Amino acid sequence: MSEFVAGWPILSIVTFLPAAGALLILLARVSARGENVGYDNGVKLLTLLITLTTLVASLFAFAAFDPSNADYQLQEIIPWAFGASYAMGVDTLAMSLVMLTTFLTPICILASWSIEKQVSSYMVLFLILETLMIGVFCAQDIILFYVFFEAGLIPMFILIGVWGGERRVYAAFKFFLYTLLGSLLMLVAIIFMIATAGTSNIPALTEYAQTTGFEQNVQIWLWLAFFASFAVKMPMWPVHTWLPDAHVEAPTAASVVLAAILLKMGGYGFLRFSLPMFPDASHFFTPFVFALSVIAIVWASLVAFRQLDMKKLIAYSSVAHMGFVTMGIFAGNEQGIQGAIFQMLSHGIISGALFLCVGVVYDRMHTREIAYYGGLVNRMPVYAAIFLLFTMGNVGLPGTSGFPGEILTMVGAFQVNAWVAAGAALGVIFSAAYALTLYRKVALGTIENPKLDKITDLDAREWVQFIPLIIATLIMGFAPSLVFDFTSNSAATIISQFAGATP
Amino acid sequence: MNPAIDLSNSLPLARPELLLVAFALVGAVLGAWFKDRIFVALSTLGIVAILGAGLLAIAWSPGASIEIFQGALVVDSVGAFAKVLIALAAGATLALGTDSFTITKEQRFEFPVLIALATLGMFVMVSAQDLISLYVGVELQSLAAYVLAAWRRDDARSSEAGLKYFVLSAISSGLLLFGSSFVYGFTGSIRFDAIAAAVGEGAGGIGLIFGLVLMLCALGFKMSAAPFHMWTPDVYEGAPTPITAFFAAAPKVAAVVLMARLLYEPFAGMAPQWQQVVAALAAISMVWGSVAALVQTNLKRLMAYSSIGNMGFALMGLASGTDQGPSSALIYLALYLPSTIGMFALILAMRRDGEPAETIADLNGLAKRRPWMAALFTMLLFSVAGIPPFAGFMGKLAVFTATMDGGLYWLAILGGIAAVLAAAYYLRLLASIWFAAPAPELQSPSGTVMVTALASAALTFPVLVLLLGSLQAAAENAVRMSF
Repeated sequence: MSEFVAGWPILSIVTFLPAAGALLILLARVSARGENVGYDNGVKLLTLLITLTTLVASLFAFAAFDPSNADYQLQEIIPWAFGASYAMGVDTLAMSLVMLTTFLTPICILASWSIEKQVSSYMVLFLILETLMIGVFCAQDIILFYVFFEAGLIPMFILIGVWGGERRVYAAFKFFLYTLLGSLLMLVAIIFMIATAGTSNIPALTEYAQTTGFEQNVQIWLWLAFFASFAVKMPMWPVHTWLPDAHVEAPTAASVVLAAILLKMGGYGFLRFSLPMFPDASHFFTPFVFALSVIAIVWASLVAFRQLDMKKLIAYSSVAHMGFVTMGIFAGNEQGIQGAIFQMLSHGIISGALFLCVGVVYDRMHTREIAYYGGLVNRMPVYAAIFLLFTMGNVGLPGTSGFPGEILTMVGAFQVNAWVAAGAALGVIFSAAYALTLYRKVALGTIENPKLDKITDLDAREWVQFIPLIIATLIMGFAPSLVFDFTSNSAATIISQFAGATP
Repeated sequence: MNPAIDLSNSLPLARPELLLVAFALVGAVLGAWFKDRIFVALSTLGIVAILGAGLLAIAWSPGASIEIFQGALVVDSVGAFAKVLIALAAGATLALGTDSFTITKEQRFEFPVLIALATLGMFVMVSAQDLISLYVGVELQSLAAYVLAAWRRDDARSSEAGLKYFVLSAISSGLLLFGSSFVYGFTGSIRFDAIAAAVGEGAGGIGLIFGLVLMLCALGFKMSAAPFHMWTPDVYEGAPTPITAFFAAAPKVAAVVLMARLLYEPFAGMAPQWQQVVAALAAISMVWGSVAALVQTNLKRLMAYSSIGNMGFALMGLASGTDQGPSSALIYLALYLPSTIGMFALILAMRRDGEPAETIADLNGLAKRRPWMAALFTMLLFSVAGIPPFAGFMGKLAVFTATMDGGLYWLAILGGIAAVLAAAYYLRLLASIWFAAPAPELQSPSGTVMVTALASAALTFPVLVLLLGSLQAAAENAVRMSF
């Protein structure tokens, strides 16, 4: 199979297939006489087909990719302006996140079937978003990375603002401006790095940082500028406040993408830039990041416990889980980093699935209020079973993909600072408390609300959207080594780059 | 050199300017004879003449700088680069104006003639090589602009705009002359090369700085950089929208290029002194342009503050004091122009009862009424807000890079914060377009405005971004060969 794609710019194909599909839908929109239900369904089907084609293309890339090789692979490079170039390439870390993106997007499209207004625009924006998300992970030039990273705000802004809930405009503005401020500080730092190192190529920059190295006091400032961007994206306490708003107001599929993929850009950024390029500063700031992570884990869990809105609860749970990721990353040892990568992938699947679970009942009842529901197991047994599985995954039950990541990040942190691990363990207990309470209130008991009498169980489309997620959760839970073996190369490289620092 | 020989050598090199002069004179005579019947024909001829002048400027662009008219003007590659931008911007806004005035039945033949004269003034500005031609260029452009601002004689707002523009601009012209006289007095010459030589020998001192600062203030007024921007919102609001579109595009290029020439040719030796002034102008413009725009409800006032902020970013490039400075400002302007012209084209396209959109609320729900116009508007707004992958981002990248190279880190960080503030008000427009309930139905837009908007949007993304390497090479090459 690798021969088949040899000589093809396979990463560009994977990245730009969705954008080309978006163009196709636009052209179809021009020739169509106007939108109607039949036309809208056609657009939805076409979008699904495009995202599935992208998934297949990414599988080809996956097949051509050699996981035993620690270098960047499938590289493409075309010179551009300002000394930057269009450079693409992936290592195992990036490849795993690309696969996560192409795997989840078709499911998001399925979850968008209930969209009724301005369907063409919605699908076009979603496809553009997919292109930009894949681009972030494939970019090998720091300017190109920034372009993809930042451009992703545009479709997300419109998706939240047009198809979101009641306070959607407020949420869209907050999301955009929060992330933009972080990003622009990063841009200033990027320009400085390019001027100092004389290159914008990410491997070359890493090489420069590892051999010559940025001066220590300069590193501190650069690290802070990158941190401003990634911490907001992650999001870390105390700059997480945009997330609950954005999540609650976004349409279901946008929530899934936000939680599952966009949040991972922060973790990816720490692993790709902060640790390898500013190792000294990363060491310097480790206690700071640990403190923020533990606060995020404990505090967000407690806040989640008090939420009345299902989506908001899951959003706070995301903040807590991302706390594990930052803790693992800055532990800087094999357990910590492998655990953090695993946790990112697993959280992508589980939180995505939980938002889909909320979407299922929201589509039926048009409310996300926890108190509205209760006793759903009586009317929707299959739904209750699936919801239970993902709730358990969220808690970190062994056998689901939630477990290995959490335990490994804690093991990693324990080796550096036992107190941090102890604090995080507290968060694990709290997470069980809020997740199980949510489940009890929504699914168990008897039906009190007469409006729920007519609620129906999953239909075929919803079945299809959950099955891949269930399989992925269980496989990653029972055979985590499949993922660990795949990402071990990148993890080892990052660890050695981080360890090379003078603490 | 013998004046006659100099003249015969100079005239062929002044082809672009001569073409504009010829059109303006012939147009005025024809207009006086045929009256307003020939408005459309004369405007079309004007567009051809202006674009032709731009084409001539690039076609006969010499390899090295050549001084003409006894050193009053220079023909060089920065001038050619700027003239092409000016011609494109003036040609596009003339086309938009012709279209718009045909709809509102204000077909007066002076319009293309005045635009051509203003363009001629800008051409002189960007190739000025001594203080006299600098002043003549600025005044020629400004005088035409005053008349254009007061285009609707019977309309109080338009007359007010013209008068306000004229009075305030006259003060700044006075400052320009006053400053020039200081420069002449302390260096003993009006020629840029002689001033540069005198500066190199350490002439002047505080008196020369005084003169330079006065000149910078006057030019800051002409390009509407804060704190000399007070006239801009009122004039933009009062003038008819197609005239505002003209003000927002071409004159900005001319003023920035003129300032670049002044700073990097005669006063290159005083970079540490003027750097602070230009950096302060840039900082105040960026921040105030963005903050004040946040609270505007009138589209044209908002565009005025947007242009103030954008001038701040262009000045930020100039403030660097390095070779990258002028070229980054040129790149910034080249990428800023299509966004601005495109946005004005769309504003002109959104008509109710014949009048173009005036307030932000007029944009409400455009995405539902006319998804294509909304898509174009979105691209242009994100471009001017500096969000990648659109062209405006690349312009910001260029000026940020130049600023950091010049060591002005504080200015770059301030620019980043100002860009976020600016994004906030562009997002308000986007929120109206996408999120609000639809306003009343619009009249169908005419072909000209849509073609202009489409072309501008195409320039903001695929064309300019992909060809950015060539644009950057052209700008850097121009600056290297000229300064």
